[in-house]
Amino acid sequence: MQIMKEGTHFNFMGKRKIAAVLSILLVLASLVSLFKQGLNLGIDFTGGTIIELAYKDEAKLDQIRTTLKEGGFDDAAVQNFGSIRDVLIYMPVIATKNMAELSNEVVAVLQKDSEEAIDIRRVEFVGPQVGEELTEDGGLAMLYALIGILIYVAFRFEYRFAIGSVVALIHDVIITLGVFSFFQLEFDLTVLAAILAVIGYSLNDTIVVFDRIRETFLRKRKDEPLEVVNNALNDTLSRTLMTSGTTLLVVFSLYLFGGTVIHDFAIALLLGIIIGTYSSIYIASTVVLAMGVSKADLMPPEKPEGEEINEDGSQV
Amino acid sequence: MNHYPLWKNLLIVAALVFGGLFALPNLYGDDPAVQVSAGRSGKIDLALMGQVETALKAQSINYKRVDMQDGRLLVRLANADVQLKAKDVLTNAITGDYTVALNLAPTTPGWLAAIGAEPMNLGLDLRGGVHFLMEVDMNAAVKQALDNYASEFRTLLRDDKIRYQKIQVNNDKVVISFRSDEFRQQAESKLGNEFSQLKATVIDDAAVPSLEMRLTEVALREIKSLALQQNIITLRNRINELGVAEPTVQQQGDSRIVVQLPGVQDTAQAKKILGATATLEFRLVDTEYDVQDAVNGRVPPNASLYHHRDGRPYLLDKRVMLTGEHIINAASTIDSQSGTPAVSITLDGKGARAFSNVTRDNIGNPMAVVFIESKTETKIVNGEAVKVRRLVPEVINVATIRDQLSKKFQITGLDSPTEAYDLALLLRAGALAAPIEIVEERTVGPSLGQDNIDQGFTSVIIGFAFVLVFMVIWYRVFGLVANLALAANLVFIVALLSLLQATLTMPGIAGIVLTVGMAVDANVLIFERIREELRTGNSPQASINAGYAKAFSTIADANITTLIAAIVLFGFGTGSIKGFAVTLSLGILTSMFTAIMGTRAVINLIYGHKQRPKLSI
Repeated sequence: MQIMKEGTHFNFMGKRKIAAVLSILLVLASLVSLFKQGLNLGIDFTGGTIIELAYKDEAKLDQIRTTLKEGGFDDAAVQNFGSIRDVLIYMPVIATKNMAELSNEVVAVLQKDSEEAIDIRRVEFVGPQVGEELTEDGGLAMLYALIGILIYVAFRFEYRFAIGSVVALIHDVIITLGVFSFFQLEFDLTVLAAILAVIGYSLNDTIVVFDRIRETFLRKRKDEPLEVVNNALNDTLSRTLMTSGTTLLVVFSLYLFGGTVIHDFAIALLLGIIIGTYSSIYIASTVVLAMGVSKADLMPPEKPEGEEINEDGSQV
Repeated sequence: MNHYPLWKNLLIVAALVFGGLFALPNLYGDDPAVQVSAGRSGKIDLALMGQVETALKAQSINYKRVDMQDGRLLVRLANADVQLKAKDVLTNAITGDYTVALNLAPTTPGWLAAIGAEPMNLGLDLRGGVHFLMEVDMNAAVKQALDNYASEFRTLLRDDKIRYQKIQVNNDKVVISFRSDEFRQQAESKLGNEFSQLKATVIDDAAVPSLEMRLTEVALREIKSLALQQNIITLRNRINELGVAEPTVQQQGDSRIVVQLPGVQDTAQAKKILGATATLEFRLVDTEYDVQDAVNGRVPPNASLYHHRDGRPYLLDKRVMLTGEHIINAASTIDSQSGTPAVSITLDGKGARAFSNVTRDNIGNPMAVVFIESKTETKIVNGEAVKVRRLVPEVINVATIRDQLSKKFQITGLDSPTEAYDLALLLRAGALAAPIEIVEERTVGPSLGQDNIDQGFTSVIIGFAFVLVFMVIWYRVFGLVANLALAANLVFIVALLSLLQATLTMPGIAGIVLTVGMAVDANVLIFERIREELRTGNSPQASINAGYAKAFSTIADANITTLIAAIVLFGFGTGSIKGFAVTLSLGILTSMFTAIMGTRAVINLIYGHKQRPKLSI
């Protein structure tokens, strides 16, 4: 079976202005949301304590709240998690308390109030300082990933391609963050990891398209750059959809069956892959075109004798 | 015609066999087990094994078998309930310097274990346990070092008759004041010669001639790294005392320690013991001066004021007779005379010598046992939370030295048997060189761990199945071949993880799932190329050849960029994120092999020998 009929001829680049407007609007909306309400940062970044408990029967949230309030834990936020028997308790950093022992105190208070044994599913405590460092390191990691990729692509292709791919990546990251901000989905360490993975994935896509653009430029000597990019996009279209399709399938299975712990991780990946696929078609190529790439830029530089160059111009 | 040379085919087969063998141990499960390991004076031998077996049989606990390996005994049991019972039985039955702990014992068959094939480790999020990140209080370490220097200065200056007024530790320096400039100069040259780790500076604008001794950069670094190393050793000892199987204690950065305790559930007890700073000091009671004067603020220069637990004040000599670090063994007992909780103490050679000298010279004088604990309090100063750490010394016992004491003796005055037990444990394990604080905790209960394994496994299987179906529908025979490669890729990832003895975490499983999705990309690229070549009218054989050749550089570029992202992730990552980065990177590397070489070999076998085959793609 084939997704596309042989030799599709969608005029992708003809719609690049519409795509650009759409992308700019999405990026702006994301930025507005990020600045206005920010991200719903998890305790990995803010510091704090989460305790996940499982009761034998339905957990009585009101009773738990009252017990905690009476025990002196006024700041505790209590909610169900996954099922009605599971409870998630969140406690922010309280400067005057010994945070490391807080979870044990909370569990002790609740256990005293409950006849049956409560199953402690998970406790996470992150000190405020560790959280600050993670935020900083996370930002830096994203920066390093982008710089590393910029250098590699500039080295393998040309600087316009490098800029095109990085613009596309920033586009992907901002919109993914924007969605997390807009819907106030919890942003924790695993989501950050997912976004870094998306950077890798989206780039993968972009590189494939760029590779084809370069090849087409060198093969079709007379075509206009616009036509060349269109051809390259059409040539790689079924591959783009195939790979995105399979990856989406597995991430979807992660989302459905992977459990609550990696739920947000899977959402970030789902979003990232969809946006990344779109951006490698529209954004990366549009930027390259806008910066006026031409065939001359892609001619392989003079090589010292003896090095083999394939007929398609690529060097292996 | 497309043929792979024989060596390439053989290479692929060899890789598959190798991968299969090393992945195999993961198919065998674990036995719940109880592990008995020996401390310094305990020995793991056949006699102990006999003892263990007798104890279990006496309580009619059925065990599968008892193994002696890596210097420990592993009792394999049928299920977790029996495991708990067996642990209780063994804890009571085995006396001496042994630790009994719960563990999981892999059921890898002997022939696999013999070639070094072991199952991969499961992370704490999969098997349950606690992860602590602890921060060492470096300021306290530095202050303690300076305190030691200050006390050495006192002795040295006194011995050399260099008269000083006061020696004081002030943040990061020791300040010494003198009666005259002459003494200051003498001290400067003397101390400068003796202590190369400190730099002496004259304070010009001080009211009296003064000298400032500051640690050099090198000395400062050394103190910090020593404090960290010492703390790691102490934590290891304490964890061994707690009885945890396969703990991890590792340095992270220059002031932090990661502690991972698989299977530990009682985090309150673990936190209390790991973070405890209690230690002992033995000091002579100053009988020259009046305690009441000291209480009223006139503390004599060579003594300090302490309080007994019951509130009575004592004036103790500033010099310490003996500190906790010379204690090599301690056990909680009940004092036979008073019937109160006590700790019996054994000293090392150096401590015993020093202690016997001091006690010999001081027979008839009173001696105090000081219990020192450091407590952290958070105070709000100018709207900011500031951590204040205080040493809280308490006199627990004052007794007259009747005899020359040496290697073994007993101290009393403890509140409860629990306190005696904890103190003995802490004394055995050694004191922390500097206080530590837990800055991060991640505890996963066993039920969530099991859920994570189940869910992770399900999502891998279902994701994998999705992709298999998808590929066969789209690429038919070629899709089947790609599926074979994908399965081989999974085997390789598992084999590599096992070989590296890497730890599989939940994000690691996510990495594997993602790899499954992305690994087919290489095949999609190749197959699409082959289709294109066929469309332009090339022969099937030429199309296959060109498809693989042309797709290669694209695949390499795409994978290298993903690898860059994965490596950055690894560098940034804390534990679990690292797991994701590792499986993702390994998956990318192995997929290059399976998706390019692996599929090519099979395609060649199917179509390679035919003149004009009809490709099912």
